[in-house]
Amino acid sequence: MSDQPIDRAVTRAVDAAWRIEWPQLVAVLTRLVGDITTAEDIAQDAHLAALEQWPRDGVPSNTGAWLMVTAKRRAVDRIRRDATLARKLPLLEGELLADLDSAPGDPASVVDGEIRDDMLRMLFTTCHPVLSRQSQVALTLRLIGGLTTEEIARAYVTATPTIVRRISRAKRTIRDAGVPYEVPSGGELAERLDAVLEVVYLVFNEGYAVTAGDGWMRAELCAEALRLVRILCGLMPAEPEVFGLAALVELQASRLRSRHDADGRLVLLRDQDRTRWDRLLIRRGYAALGRAHALAHERGGAPGRYALQAAIAAVHAMAATSDDTDWRRIAGLYAILAARFPSPIVELNRAVAVAEVHGPAAGLDLVDAVVDAGSLDEYHLLHAVRGDLLARLGQQGEARKEFLRAAELTANAAERSLMLSRARD
Amino acid sequence: MRYLMLIRPDMDNLPEGGPDEKLNEDMGRLIEEMTKAGVLLDTAGLRPFDEAARVRLANGETTVLDGPFTESKEVVGGYCLLQTRSRDEAIEWATRFLRIHGPEWTMELELRELDEA
Repeated sequence: MSDQPIDRAVTRAVDAAWRIEWPQLVAVLTRLVGDITTAEDIAQDAHLAALEQWPRDGVPSNTGAWLMVTAKRRAVDRIRRDATLARKLPLLEGELLADLDSAPGDPASVVDGEIRDDMLRMLFTTCHPVLSRQSQVALTLRLIGGLTTEEIARAYVTATPTIVRRISRAKRTIRDAGVPYEVPSGGELAERLDAVLEVVYLVFNEGYAVTAGDGWMRAELCAEALRLVRILCGLMPAEPEVFGLAALVELQASRLRSRHDADGRLVLLRDQDRTRWDRLLIRRGYAALGRAHALAHERGGAPGRYALQAAIAAVHAMAATSDDTDWRRIAGLYAILAARFPSPIVELNRAVAVAEVHGPAAGLDLVDAVVDAGSLDEYHLLHAVRGDLLARLGQQGEARKEFLRAAELTANAAERSLMLSRARD
Repeated sequence: MRYLMLIRPDMDNLPEGGPDEKLNEDMGRLIEEMTKAGVLLDTAGLRPFDEAARVRLANGETTVLDGPFTESKEVVGGYCLLQTRSRDEAIEWATRFLRIHGPEWTMELELRELDEA
């Protein structure tokens, strides 16, 4: 047998370890050299070193620690050559010596706490308010999720150069604005954490209900959002709303497989084949929700908006059939959500639950109040819900108008065809 | 993609006294790392093989076989359910799992992707 298959196996091992470690490497190096792009360059040097050395010297026993120590060594070399970075040298040498002192191959040789802190700094940097939401999403997927620009472009059906430009512009904005590489504290933390959670939920929703294009969902984005929220749970194990979001995303993802039929048509919640719901994700969702409640309780606070939405998703998950759904409980949870986090979307969802408990006329009253407020006039689901309630009240003519309006407003082809078919009923 | 990782220690060459304290510590650390990376969805070790039961279907007849069973090559000692972006990443995590075991261990991991179509 030639050496080639072995070399190829080692190369694949290098690449896999590299993909796993990349966000951590860049997060740590950014603190050391003070700039994300320079950090990425140095991390790339470590990758090349592994490609050169592992096939020759064997795969190290701790691949992650090897990459980290090598990257830090490269950072020292880089700083020595670069006068503007030279003031960083004492910090870096101290840290590197500490690493090299510990036994080689010992998994503890790279201090886990240090990596966690740097990942948190990076997370709050990629979600910094100086960036647009779109840039926050791209940068978070790149630097926390470790996706390549090609993968991000594919997920968002965008050209790769567009994503490359978006990311380099975002990094320039961070540098020019002098965004400090730190985790916000005190009152600022809560506000900044909201932005982080919104970014992750946005990624999930983009995958869950695609707003443009012909697919119902881009499973990859949902998978990435799941991975991101699980990483967040590891980074912020004491934040109730992180677990609230984790619960919401796990529970919603549990229904991904049953949301469309073999022809790609949308299947509404009440018509879904519940045996296809992912029991593991439901179980993980319940666990995260329990943790969210326990953490909120420890702080003496009420459940946050994600935990409340997750609680609603959990009621659906618990119902073996659509008829078993505890709509009274769902309506109650929406009432709490509406009181604490009022929004026309919450009001619309509450109307659906109220219609299930007290009949379509009661639901329609609430929907009409939303219509009168005017802010959701362009939102296709307002018309879809109103059409559904009118149809149940036997007002077919009015219902048809609403379904046609919903079809006109949605950017999703599958949703449009569902609305058009309901308009024909 | 999700992978079921079946853990099969060589039952004829188990180290005396089972896992030592260092292995338990390293295992705890690795499991934490895999959880925090969003990779480990579920894991458990299994009770000893001689407590197992086998329920078999052949020729339309079901039979219940109680242990102890003599064959020991294919014994599953535990499992992990992994979520990774690629097969290579699953292999890298499996390799990390093996590396924390000392040279006194002989074992094989089998990675099977879940059919989720």
